[in-house]
Amino acid sequence: MIGPGPGLVDPGSADRRRAASELPLPTPRRGVSREPTRAVWIAVLSTVVVFGALGMVVVNAPNWPLVQHDFFDGKEFGDALPGLVKGFWINVQAFLIAEVVILVLALVVAVLRNLPGPVFFPIRALVTIYVDVFRALPGLLVIYLLGFGMPGLRIPGVPTDPFLWGVIALVLVYSAYVSEVYRAGIESVHPSQEAAARSLGLSRLQALRYVVIPQAVRRVIPPLLNDFIGLQKDTVFVASLGVVEIFRTAQIKQAAHFNFTPYVATAVVFLLLTIPLARLTDWLVARDRRRGMGS
Amino acid sequence: MTEALRVSNLHKSFGRLEVLHGVDLAVEQHEVIALIGSSGSGKSTLLRCIDLLEPIDAGLIEVFGQDITAPGVHPDRVRRRIGIVFQAFNLFPHMSVLDNVTLAPRKVLGTASAIAVEQADALLERFGLIEKRNDFPDRLSGGQQQRVAIVRALAMRPDLLLLDEITSALDPELVGEVLSLVRELAVAGMTMILATHEMGFAREVASRVGFLDGGRILEMSRPADLFGDPKEPRTQQFLARVTAAGRF
Repeated sequence: MIGPGPGLVDPGSADRRRAASELPLPTPRRGVSREPTRAVWIAVLSTVVVFGALGMVVVNAPNWPLVQHDFFDGKEFGDALPGLVKGFWINVQAFLIAEVVILVLALVVAVLRNLPGPVFFPIRALVTIYVDVFRALPGLLVIYLLGFGMPGLRIPGVPTDPFLWGVIALVLVYSAYVSEVYRAGIESVHPSQEAAARSLGLSRLQALRYVVIPQAVRRVIPPLLNDFIGLQKDTVFVASLGVVEIFRTAQIKQAAHFNFTPYVATAVVFLLLTIPLARLTDWLVARDRRRGMGS
Repeated sequence: MTEALRVSNLHKSFGRLEVLHGVDLAVEQHEVIALIGSSGSGKSTLLRCIDLLEPIDAGLIEVFGQDITAPGVHPDRVRRRIGIVFQAFNLFPHMSVLDNVTLAPRKVLGTASAIAVEQADALLERFGLIEKRNDFPDRLSGGQQQRVAIVRALAMRPDLLLLDEITSALDPELVGEVLSLVRELAVAGMTMILATHEMGFAREVASRVGFLDGGRILEMSRPADLFGDPKEPRTQQFLARVTAAGRF
């Protein structure tokens, strides 16, 4: 997640590195032919052969029609999709709201946890307990506790919206994780950077804000996106509170026709969301490695 | 003459290792002091203590008559007046050269951006770095990075500049450009203390040279005296070793 140290970067390659970082997606490694057409064709051919053979094996298996009917029914897929997409909008809202709050809250938690000095011990202790507890608890348990528990108190002024409590639960659980990611990032910035900032007269807070955190955040973007992929999938847990999002919609469809295709369609929707994000994460890691941001 | 710095009986330990064992040092304004001595003799620690980057165990540090080790003195305010440049440059890698130089004036002194940029450009121009103003540190050579680090310290208009082995991490062919910048500052009257292994440069540019040994300044005098006629046996040994190593 963190680029190589300065020793791993060829100092003379600064220009090449910069040039490489402006090109789209992975650039050919040194020593690899600049015209990879032949290699591409071989890869395409071997892929078609292997996947074709696998496909033939599956489709010609004796019970394939049964499986196809239950899981890959085109009609069921088409029927379910509009409802699923509509339900998915709820998931999208849930994770977008949660992600924005988490980005801020987790950073605050990470900074509070790094406060120096004995005066701040209670704050450090409180924040440490929070992180320990919410990393230990299963997400679904927290969703049940808050989503059913809080409205059940019937205290005036306490919201009863299950969607809201579901998002709050996700925020609490994931902020604990993400704060650790931030903390690792902050600690990965060499102390000499803070010393340089302080020597110029910047206060501790200014050094943190202008020098340490900007470098830390750059380094943790890949692991942070990784946690967000997890969060996006976990939004289906709010279904357990009765929120009709994509997973609950699929359950209803499945129960109506006793066909599992809506679940497969749900899976496809998540794949379409998550795989590009995972590729983006990989690309960011590769780019940082090229830039030698670890120094 | 104004006294820029007075260090009295300074003690500093790291755990059980006592690095500074009663250092006394007085520096007049516009003086250039070179500190020499073997690695681990405490040169860097002394400079870091003067900039309050390391808490001291005992002793007194006065900067222009103000006791900066007294309780109630805010280290941030002291550090505004004292610049320090490190062996490893420590430029901020996520900022352009210009932002590296203007950050402290803008955030610490509250200088308006336009004015901070103007002042930074003037300094970069003066030290031949103006073409690099928009580059990021990873595109600069070591010598350029170190010159930017010096300019960054100068942008705060320090009363005292500490240079901590600023050429030790450089390839030999890049040392010259950094030293000539320091030479220029010396001519301009900047009060400086430099910890260095460049004996020839210390001899040329310093008003006085101090030899650190065993956590004290064992001997301090004008360069011609210290290099030409060292009094202490330890100084003689050290200089003999340096000469034998061809570092003169």
